Amino acid sequence: MESELKRFRNSPNSEELTRRSSFPDEVIERVLSLFKSHKDRSAVSLVCKDWYNAERWSRTHVFIGNCYSVSPEIVARRFPNIRSVTLKGKPRFSDFNLVPLNWGADIHAWLVVFADECPFLEELRLKRMTISDESLEFLSVSFPNFKSLSLLSCDGFSTNGLSAIATHCKNLIELDIQENGIDDRGGSWLSCFPESFTLLEVLNFANLTSDINFDVLERLVSRCKSLRVLKVNQSISLEQLPRLLVHAPQLTELGTGSFSQQLTFPQYEELESAFSSCNNIHTLSGLWDVKAIYLPALYSACTNLTFLNLSYAALQGGELAKLLRHCPRLQRLWVMDTVEDKGLEAVGLNCPLLEELRVFPLDPYDEEIAHGVTEAGFIAVSCFCPRLHYVLYFCRQMTNAAVATVVQNCPNFTHFRLCIMNPRQPDCTTGEPMDEAFGAVVKTCTKLQRLSVSGLLTDLTFEYIGKYAKNLETLSVAFAGSSDWGMQCVLEGCPKLRKLEIRDCPFGNKALLSGLEKYESMRSLWMSACNVTMNGCRLLARVMPRLNVEVMKEDGSDDSQADKVYVYRSVAGPRRDAPPSVQTL
Amino acid sequence: MQGVGISGGGEGSASGSMSTVSREDNLVLSSEDSSCPDETELELGLGLSLCGGGGGGGGGGFRVKQASRGGQYARILTAKDFPSSSSSSSPSSSSSASSSLSRANVTAGVKRNADSVANSSSQVVGWPPIRAYRMNSMANQAKTIATERFNPTFDKNESKNAVAEKNNIGCYKDSGNAKRSSLFVKVNMDGTLIGRKVDLNSLGSYETLAKTLEAMFLRPTSSMDPRRTIVHENGIMTEATRPSKLLDGSAEFVLTYEDKEGDWMLVGDVPWGMFLSSVKRLRIMRKSEATGLAPRIERGNERSRSKPI
Repeated sequence: MESELKRFRNSPNSEELTRRSSFPDEVIERVLSLFKSHKDRSAVSLVCKDWYNAERWSRTHVFIGNCYSVSPEIVARRFPNIRSVTLKGKPRFSDFNLVPLNWGADIHAWLVVFADECPFLEELRLKRMTISDESLEFLSVSFPNFKSLSLLSCDGFSTNGLSAIATHCKNLIELDIQENGIDDRGGSWLSCFPESFTLLEVLNFANLTSDINFDVLERLVSRCKSLRVLKVNQSISLEQLPRLLVHAPQLTELGTGSFSQQLTFPQYEELESAFSSCNNIHTLSGLWDVKAIYLPALYSACTNLTFLNLSYAALQGGELAKLLRHCPRLQRLWVMDTVEDKGLEAVGLNCPLLEELRVFPLDPYDEEIAHGVTEAGFIAVSCFCPRLHYVLYFCRQMTNAAVATVVQNCPNFTHFRLCIMNPRQPDCTTGEPMDEAFGAVVKTCTKLQRLSVSGLLTDLTFEYIGKYAKNLETLSVAFAGSSDWGMQCVLEGCPKLRKLEIRDCPFGNKALLSGLEKYESMRSLWMSACNVTMNGCRLLARVMPRLNVEVMKEDGSDDSQADKVYVYRSVAGPRRDAPPSVQTL
Repeated sequence: MQGVGISGGGEGSASGSMSTVSREDNLVLSSEDSSCPDETELELGLGLSLCGGGGGGGGGGFRVKQASRGGQYARILTAKDFPSSSSSSSPSSSSSASSSLSRANVTAGVKRNADSVANSSSQVVGWPPIRAYRMNSMANQAKTIATERFNPTFDKNESKNAVAEKNNIGCYKDSGNAKRSSLFVKVNMDGTLIGRKVDLNSLGSYETLAKTLEAMFLRPTSSMDPRRTIVHENGIMTEATRPSKLLDGSAEFVLTYEDKEGDWMLVGDVPWGMFLSSVKRLRIMRKSEATGLAPRIERGNERSRSKPI
């Protein structure tokens, strides 16, 4: 077997390979199992039938970017040995309430199939799916080896479902509940972990708001010696936190609870001492209602910090500056715009290794008072952080010149998401559209994969995108463009485009229909509040049978208008679980 | 139904504020018809076709009648509703009386009628694109932060004492300040385009109110970023030791308020508590305009006179 393996490795010549058509499958499978990335695996499976088969038997992890692009039966049949499934469901704009609640993306059908065909499933990671308590219970009893559950931005379940997981999953090592629309009925779910249960490595319940029994948590943390990720919710106070930390000095990721309790001096010292024994923390989050005077307690734990999530901590610029002086190795930073430009200057000065910056608005609807970050802060960070390649920036004003400067300083952007919060706002110094800003981005950042645009934009922006953004995969557009031409430029010009989401733009049927074949190479297209009509959608559906064209209409809208359109490729045909508000054409 | 959630405000001020955003560039949003080909072109014999049935015989297109949904009401704004910045603005959103989009450009200093915009009416569904989870989490924090901004001394003293105390205060789950309801009122100053808001419940007296407003409006640096003067890095507030100008009538401005009956009154005549219960909004008025308002009682004297409200 091993000598054959050597010959395989030493003779990549395809002629030799075809001569070895009776090559033992087990060997190919062994070799192919070394391929981890699903893109590589897809490529491998296309080489020849033998490799296709070897690949499918050896595949352990499946990533499905759109749950409706394929059916669970097809997946289970093709990959009988999978242990881990990642599924994404609803269109991204469902995060912003643009998709009806009962739209679909229910996991249950998948679980039923997997329970039959892949009962050794260990890991399930869901994003924007609907999952009910019944499904969670079904999951917990149907898969004896189940180890990892991660739910991000999902809905449909309550803490009762978590109780079922805690009760029945004897081999659970990960429970990760993030930013879901969960019905929080209380903290008793935590008590459902048996006292004998010690395997937990990841526990994230920051999403939940209700109180949990602290003693239960403390005992759980102390007996799970492998716990490396612990993110608690706001009900855990500053006084309680040290008691958790002393049991888990091995933690690598910590999410604190509320950071605002009034502490006595001894309590503060206890907190400081607990943090000083946590030398392995590289990710820190939580810090709700943070009181800046207590932040120094953290300093000793910040030496190795690479990811700091302050997006729920309303810090002032100076407070942030003080904290960042102790975080020299920071690579990813999420903050709120309460830190303002002054805070961002401090970011630049203290975090030269920064690769990712996200700035969230404290109060997005606060129009009267000019707070938050501006173009100055953006420039400041770019000046001192040459490795910056991911930015999400919410602001109330921006200029073309500033963006051009930023990308000149940081030409390696892969993800550029700029949100000027007033729709259609022009350059605040020149009054011109922001076309040149995004033109600069796509011209300079050749590695750009993801782009979100905002501000006053004409078709010129989209001409630039189509002409220069050759690696662009995801594009988000809102309140932009002048005519169909804009969208056409993008559809014709971006060869790697996979996801296009558009809202409130003057793009109509002509634009929609200019991308016919393109849509089959994309994951999905979303268009809402544009000028697309039902007839345009029907034509698209008719001409492109392998696409699902779904239309959602608003109450009281014109019969001919297609208010929300969702188009995606699928090998599973039209879906059968659409609610009445969703029409498949 | 999910998605139709534009909170009503009823103002149709969209057009007004939008048009001032424009420069003369006609690059924006022309309400061109190019994006809307005549519907009849596409009717070409199409019916509803289920995906997968590619070969459906074309013949005799029939149009499926959509169930009519009744008249137009509260619909999602589409691109057509936003008047373009150029003169060729599309007809304003006449049909959607309960939805409006106010996008005054803050930096362009658009003058706004103080009454024309309430925060809630200017929200577009799903914009800015922030996850619903985050919005809900931040809703309470934002209020608290705003309160803290205007009353940092309270915060600083409390925490200082707390750390020094030997007693165990015990844990409470509230945010930094004790829970109290806030009473935010608008404050506009003659000659200043952009108004402010203050939480009257976080101030204890007329004195604090006047000092706060002076810090916001009257100090030269504070007009750019008042909070810098109020909150330093250590949370120490720089307190003005000079007497407040707004209350003693020595400045060229006077502080007035509109009460529940719509009358404009001088601030300071009635007990603070009574003031809180009747104030709707504040205005820093030029002295020259403040004629006809009741004369002030000298500071230092007892305010025995209770004003009929």
